[in-house]
Amino acid sequence: MSWSSRLPRLTRGRVIAGAVVLVLVAGLAGWAAWPETEDWTSRDQMLTVPTGPGGRGSVALDTRFYLPKDRDGKVPAVLLAHGFGGTKDSVRDDAESLASRGYAVLTWTAQGFGRSGGQIHLDNPDYEVRDAQGLLDWLAGRPEVRTDAAGDPRVGVVGGSYGGALALMLAGQDARVDAIVPSITWNDLGNVFLEQSADTATTGVFKKGWAGVFFGSSDGGPGGTPACGRFAADVCAAYLQVATTGVPDQKTLDVLRASSPAPILSKIKAPALLVQGEVDTLFPLSEADANARGIAAAGTPVRVAWFTGGHDGGEGPQTDQDRVKLLTLQWLDHYVKGEGDKPSDSFTYSRVAGFSALDRGLVTNGYSTDAYPGLSGTGSTQLSVEGPAQPIANPPNGNPGALSSLPGTGGRLSEILAGVASDIPGQFAAFQSSPLTEAVDVAGSPTVRLRAASPTGEATLFVKLYDVDQQGAETLSAGLVAPVRLTGLPKTIDAAPPVTVTLPAIVRQIDKGHSVRIVVATTDQAFLSPTQPATYTVAVDPALTLPTIVGEPIANPQTVWRYVLAGLLLAIVAGLVVVLLVRRRRLRRQHTPTEQGYADTPLVVKGLRKEYADGFVAVEEIGFTVERGQVVGLLGPNGAGKTTTLRVLMGLTMPTAGEALVFGHRLVPGSPVLSRVGALVEGPGFLPHLTGWENLQAYWRATGRPIEDARFEEALEIAGLGSSVHRRTRKYSHGMRQRLAIAQAMLGLPELLVLDEPTDGLDPPQIAEMRRVLKRYATDGRAVLVSSHLLAEVEQTCTHAVVVNKGRIVASGPVEEIVGESPSVQIEVSDVPAAAQVLSGLGVRSVTPDGPNGLIVDMNGTPRSEVVASLVRAGVDVDRVVPRRRLEDAFLALVGESSAGSGDR
Amino acid sequence: MSVLTNAGATGYRPSRTLPLRAEIRRQASRRRTQGALGFMALLPLIVLVAFAFGGNNDEGSEGGAFDSLVDLATSGGLNFALFCLAVSAGFLLVVVVALFCGDPVASEAGWGSLRYLLAIPVPRARLLATKLIAALLYSLLALVILTGVALLAGTLRYGWHPLGSTVAAEIPPGQGLLRILGVAGYLAVSMLVVAGLAFLLTVLTDAPLAAVGGAVMLWILSSILDQITALGGIRNVLPTHYSDAWMGLLSTPAQVDDLVKGAISAVCYATVCWSLAFWRFTRKDVTS
Repeated sequence: MSWSSRLPRLTRGRVIAGAVVLVLVAGLAGWAAWPETEDWTSRDQMLTVPTGPGGRGSVALDTRFYLPKDRDGKVPAVLLAHGFGGTKDSVRDDAESLASRGYAVLTWTAQGFGRSGGQIHLDNPDYEVRDAQGLLDWLAGRPEVRTDAAGDPRVGVVGGSYGGALALMLAGQDARVDAIVPSITWNDLGNVFLEQSADTATTGVFKKGWAGVFFGSSDGGPGGTPACGRFAADVCAAYLQVATTGVPDQKTLDVLRASSPAPILSKIKAPALLVQGEVDTLFPLSEADANARGIAAAGTPVRVAWFTGGHDGGEGPQTDQDRVKLLTLQWLDHYVKGEGDKPSDSFTYSRVAGFSALDRGLVTNGYSTDAYPGLSGTGSTQLSVEGPAQPIANPPNGNPGALSSLPGTGGRLSEILAGVASDIPGQFAAFQSSPLTEAVDVAGSPTVRLRAASPTGEATLFVKLYDVDQQGAETLSAGLVAPVRLTGLPKTIDAAPPVTVTLPAIVRQIDKGHSVRIVVATTDQAFLSPTQPATYTVAVDPALTLPTIVGEPIANPQTVWRYVLAGLLLAIVAGLVVVLLVRRRRLRRQHTPTEQGYADTPLVVKGLRKEYADGFVAVEEIGFTVERGQVVGLLGPNGAGKTTTLRVLMGLTMPTAGEALVFGHRLVPGSPVLSRVGALVEGPGFLPHLTGWENLQAYWRATGRPIEDARFEEALEIAGLGSSVHRRTRKYSHGMRQRLAIAQAMLGLPELLVLDEPTDGLDPPQIAEMRRVLKRYATDGRAVLVSSHLLAEVEQTCTHAVVVNKGRIVASGPVEEIVGESPSVQIEVSDVPAAAQVLSGLGVRSVTPDGPNGLIVDMNGTPRSEVVASLVRAGVDVDRVVPRRRLEDAFLALVGESSAGSGDR
Repeated sequence: MSVLTNAGATGYRPSRTLPLRAEIRRQASRRRTQGALGFMALLPLIVLVAFAFGGNNDEGSEGGAFDSLVDLATSGGLNFALFCLAVSAGFLLVVVVALFCGDPVASEAGWGSLRYLLAIPVPRARLLATKLIAALLYSLLALVILTGVALLAGTLRYGWHPLGSTVAAEIPPGQGLLRILGVAGYLAVSMLVVAGLAFLLTVLTDAPLAAVGGAVMLWILSSILDQITALGGIRNVLPTHYSDAWMGLLSTPAQVDDLVKGAISAVCYATVCWSLAFWRFTRKDVTS
């Protein structure tokens, strides 16, 4: 294996393989590292717009204007607003995506945030909304932006949360807006932060968790104060007031009302696509529902879509993100750009189907219905929940409190859906249904009727719907709870009038066998509960209404991969069939002798050359013939190329040039004619865990030939292993293995036996026995080729010999001829010049000096006695006369050079 | 065909050499095979004993969906089988499949018996195909033994109950059994990647350890790279990217999209590796 350590030589195959690998790697790296070419340009600038009541003030807004690079005339515009606490950078991805779709996009940092001036007025019509009107003016003045009339740009307004409410209020305040896509936003901040789920006029429960998150997210930058951050004084005062008492005064209510789209919904004429999150304890689905009803009442087109995400759930699974993006683009393309069909009125939503094993995220299935059904569903299921009236305690200051959601932590969607919910013993009452006889697809707001009694006449309660599985594990869908604040309650439960509680809208499949549990608790960490301890008594009427929707599943684009898989498998099968057919045809050709003239000659080697890939030439040129009945010895020193030649003969190695014909068949790897050759090359090879006998059996089984053709008995006799044949070959000595290998080579009595150094490791009696065996084997028309580096062995075993050195034939012929007496003799004399003179007169063919007093004389028929007599007569002393043999001649020629060594061949 | 057999010795037919049964017997007699298969049968029993000793005092384990498999493992035979498959999928199965597929050619080359098989002559493509099929059959057998013993032992010990998981509703036993078989089936498909890599390596080297270890190391390397989210889209083409997709079968309805993509990935890798293996082996000089 010395050649493998050298640098590999360039061959055609290697060049091609290398090129393919290089192209693949380069392609992969290029694909990963290729800079995305931007098909839009953007420009940052501070724009000063009028702000405040009557537009008398002004504020500098940090803006960025994106323009598609490749635009054909004037383009429609999109005003893209960010969420609370964000800046124009928060919506960068969306802006870039819209710009590459051919829209001029204006993003800006709302006043009170980032580098923009001003204060946070919570989307107040006089401030943030007026600012946006100033931006519309600016857009109308841009030469790149399409206009409907002078000063009226063709524009859509898109935004989420804080930006979503701005879109709604801007559309209500400014008729120039052509379409809006508000997402995860509010309808009435009063409802949001003072949530009331019961059908009563009493103010709701303060949503302290989220309010705190909002209030704390003002960075207190320029113009900020320690107490209020960058909040405007009235907003700050409102927060402080309500957060302190839990009950808003009129001023607070006015602030919240002013910052809500609810009052101006009827003025919205721009078609609205409302996107709301199903995992949103801040702005639940009911907010979008109120917006949708308000806008639709004015006759404006409204479309609603729900996705599995929101302020708690984030952007949701990829399928949901894709769906929302598609809907948004459809909406803008039709109503702003004027391209594409009118979007249908269909309502789409998604439901959790499971979780993805890969990113541990959720997998949702999309569904659609023809029209938006609202929160009461297209149908309903009535369940009965059981439970006695129960007393529950309100701890002072609501501590310890039950946990339902983690506002502002942006927790993993899966964890939120799995439920972080926990209830505090003594603080809750439970009312449970029997296990469902079939699954219910809940979509909308379940309703129950609640009765409560309180010693103080008031009660703050939290109503929750749990999905309880067979093991009793309960899940609070999306962490949503229904806060209820009741006043004027009686002291005993019997006197309590029932109030209808509308639970938050959920989308969930409650499986067969699960039951539904309604829990009424006194505390929830997301809400402000009364400071005074009290014990209430609560009861829930058995009737529980679950709204349901039967939606059409939206085709999953991933389905295409199934066809890809099927196509791939078909292609592989087809390819395999083609390869097999081609191979069968090729195999068939191997059965016809390539040279009919040699069909009866066991082996003909012609001009064989083997050059390894690294340039090392193991065999220069070798050619010889093995006839039937012959035992041919391949004689040469180690590294002469014997083994390489035998490897070619076994089809293990492909010759570089020349060929080997076995019974007239040209040898290639796997030539069927090899089945007529038995071989031992480069030592034995056995399965070490099998016995000798099992090894022979396993070998013969692998030939697939009939067992009776194997002649095991004869082979075993040759091996002469006795009872050792039933021991594992792992324990065999070198000689035993060698004998077993020869026996294996003789299995089936092949017509040509090829043995590489067969006597290696045998003791003298065994060698003698082996010689006998080989001589006997070559009868009946069989032939044997034996390689050896021992002159004596070849001389005693073989009928013919081929002497190789350095990859070339040095001598070949019948052993008698080679081993027989040579026409030359070696003579040692006292006087070399005199002897040479005498000999030249005798008519010999040649005289060659050999050493200081030796001569090699080719006698050319002259008898040795006459030569000696002549020399003596001439006064030359003859010390020795040695007859020489041809094989020695051949070997002698090698000796001088073989010490140079030719490596392992 | 009678004319065609003239070229070879009496009774020799290339298509009859190294019959699949002979190769299966060759491998069956090896300690390595017996040990690996035996261990697959033993593993569920060891786990069973471990659960019996451990009791359930691990209240501290909270978290992902996978942890829930541990908690649920003793809830029934199906869950127990699922647990056994889940703990084996990441490494044990990889090693066993790499062992079966990375060893057969390299070990014959190492013993020196490969050249005698080729001199029979077993056509090279046929030798490789037989070895591959036998290796795949043994790999499959290992998976079947693991699943079967786990199902049997788990059911005898914990009873025949619905398949539970925290991500979805309980699945009734009949359908749950199908899901478990589906998980095992997907594992079998995803292991084609290992089978492909190991088999390619076994053809390229004479050292069985290099082939088996190389395949396992490539698998681990791919798993590590798959953890690096910064690689983005490149991760999708990593052979191990979809190795956990079987978990999709635990939700209701079963999530098969990732399974399909994982199957595409595995089939592609296996096809490429095996094609290279055949291309190389039918052309190379066998020097061992």
